[in-house]
Amino acid sequence: MENSGPNPVAVRTENVCRHYRMGEALVRAVDGISIDIRAGEFVALLGASGSGKSSLLNLIAGLDRPTSGAVIVHGTDLAALSRDQLAKYRLHTVGMVFQSFNLIPSMSLLENVELPMRFAEVDRRDRSALVRQSLERVGLSGRLSHRPMELSGGEQQRASLARALINRPQLLLADEPTGNLDSRTGTEIMELIHSFNQSLGMTVLMVTHEQALAEKYAGRMLHLADGKLVNDVPTDHVSNISSGPVRARWGETQ
Amino acid sequence: MKFYDVADLAVRNLRESVFRNSLTTIGISVGVASLVAMLSLGIGLQQLASRRLQKSGLFDTVVASSRRDLRNFREQREEGPPPAESPSLNEPARKKIEQIPGVVEVYPDIRFVTEVRFDDKPHLITVAGIPFSAKNNNDAFDGMQGSFFSSGASPEVILQKSFAEELLGIIPKPGTDNTNIAALAKSLLGRELTLRYAERTASPSSAASNDGTAYSVVSRQRELKIVGLTDLDPDSMRGTTKARVFLPLNYAQDLHVMQSNQRDTSPSDSPSYTSLSVRVENPNQVPEVEDAIKKMGFNAFSLVDATRSMRQFFAVLDGFLAIFGSLALAVASIGIVNTLVMAILERRREIGIMKALGASDADVRGLFFAEAGAMGLVGGTVGVSLGWAIGRLINFGTNIYLERQHFPPAQIWSVPLWLVLGAIAFSIVVSLLSGLYPASRAARLDPVQALRYE
Repeated sequence: MENSGPNPVAVRTENVCRHYRMGEALVRAVDGISIDIRAGEFVALLGASGSGKSSLLNLIAGLDRPTSGAVIVHGTDLAALSRDQLAKYRLHTVGMVFQSFNLIPSMSLLENVELPMRFAEVDRRDRSALVRQSLERVGLSGRLSHRPMELSGGEQQRASLARALINRPQLLLADEPTGNLDSRTGTEIMELIHSFNQSLGMTVLMVTHEQALAEKYAGRMLHLADGKLVNDVPTDHVSNISSGPVRARWGETQ
Repeated sequence: MKFYDVADLAVRNLRESVFRNSLTTIGISVGVASLVAMLSLGIGLQQLASRRLQKSGLFDTVVASSRRDLRNFREQREEGPPPAESPSLNEPARKKIEQIPGVVEVYPDIRFVTEVRFDDKPHLITVAGIPFSAKNNNDAFDGMQGSFFSSGASPEVILQKSFAEELLGIIPKPGTDNTNIAALAKSLLGRELTLRYAERTASPSSAASNDGTAYSVVSRQRELKIVGLTDLDPDSMRGTTKARVFLPLNYAQDLHVMQSNQRDTSPSDSPSYTSLSVRVENPNQVPEVEDAIKKMGFNAFSLVDATRSMRQFFAVLDGFLAIFGSLALAVASIGIVNTLVMAILERRREIGIMKALGASDADVRGLFFAEAGAMGLVGGTVGVSLGWAIGRLINFGTNIYLERQHFPPAQIWSVPLWLVLGAIAFSIVVSLLSGLYPASRAARLDPVQALRYE
């Protein structure tokens, strides 16, 4: 499918703030950030520790609510959603990957990846095949019954990616996905994320503090400092803004 | 989340910390067990008491008598026709009473004072006919020595213990009850007893009476075999006129004994009875049956009201037992709250992950709820079995004690199906209520905070 114009806006924040009190002090974790991210973009959020990258990501993920301003995803203002609707949004629209993988240690890989489908009430008979398929995609087909502790960091992060994508979200949010990995394994994970962005047209927003990774894979870099957006630069690397098959999503490729 | 998934996740979570959850579940079991044991004893005692009372014939028996015999008792005005026109209490009347709904059987009250000879020594004693159905309905025969009558018309006799002592010339010391009934039985069972009585026979001469029937009295005697010896008093409701020698009713009827209060004016082929005992299926039906008999023109009396206060007593007793039994369950429910709150702390991060993956508040709440419910179900089931065993043990112990005291064994413990199901349901409800607070606390967890938790 060939897109004629630029892709529609997938994520928009309008002067979004997230302030909270810590004792006497008011912490402005996110302080008036306005950005537009188009569908299919691969955007890297960069900044020092405490610059507000993760807080912004949590707002977009619907895990947190802004103090003021708006977060609009696919035309829906997240502030207007109820707790239940927000849970549905997280379930169907967003896939999340974390620095510490966040797999549930008592569950096997198969069960971990299956978990979001339980919340989505996917029919039991269909799940196993979908889980196998997605674990195969990240190269873990032989590790279905292993528990997370029995796997390397890279393998855990792959499983976590498979889990994030199992409900076919349009938006992948990654919070320092390579932060706990050595550079070789980190590169493998980045290649996977990049391939999802390219082949599935998935919008990716990734928090990182590794400028080199961002330059290599992201199409655009947002620099944050003290809760504010200080720099918004495109990389010379071109993401699939105008060429990718946006509608082809996870599991729909033949 | 679908029910299957909630249940599946709940079970796997319970298995993850199996030791702690088992301890909590054991706590619930002990609570349920104490409740079940208490209530099963309460119910058992109540059943025992009402069974005893029912079998005593005090509360399920209506005694019907003819009004003709009360011809001179003017003050005893009852509804129905005046005594003179009132019907005779004969066989057709007996059949008619038997047709009244709720009536199980109607049998004549045959009792007479006569001479009994044993070892050629005469004894004057009241003899009564016992219907064959008393084998199962009168618990005085439950723990007896020997056996019940082999049929309703066999020439056999059952003796009450005190008369057995009299026959053997044993005089028990006042205030002691040490005579060994087994020893009495050994020397009496299978031996013969001579019953001497006055038979009333129809007389061929019709001139003697203006009643239309004449009869003569002939002296007779029969040999009866002693088959049973009962410690209890089968005839307890009769007070001072109670019998101590018992014959099968049909056999006693065939003797045509001249009864002292008999004023029979009917033809001898249709005998009329002094009184009939009407056994009713359920004590509740006694007043209706009583009314129906009175409407037929007979007198009727019963002692039904006494059961009401007994039921009241047991309702209060059961209430107290239930409260004490529930105390342990209340303590156990605090255990559930504690366990689940601990589980929330422990699984804080897991809850955060699930929420980040899209679990709703209801999903998280349902999961904790299901865990509480599962503990309640398992605890309830184990507890009922445990309570059943405890009740059984108490019953066993009590019966050993009763046996030592020469009492017949008694079932003082009963676990009806409703108690089993009710206790399990109660356990689940209590567990769910205990899970209410932890579950909503887990559901309200802030995912950002929970994910930060290490």
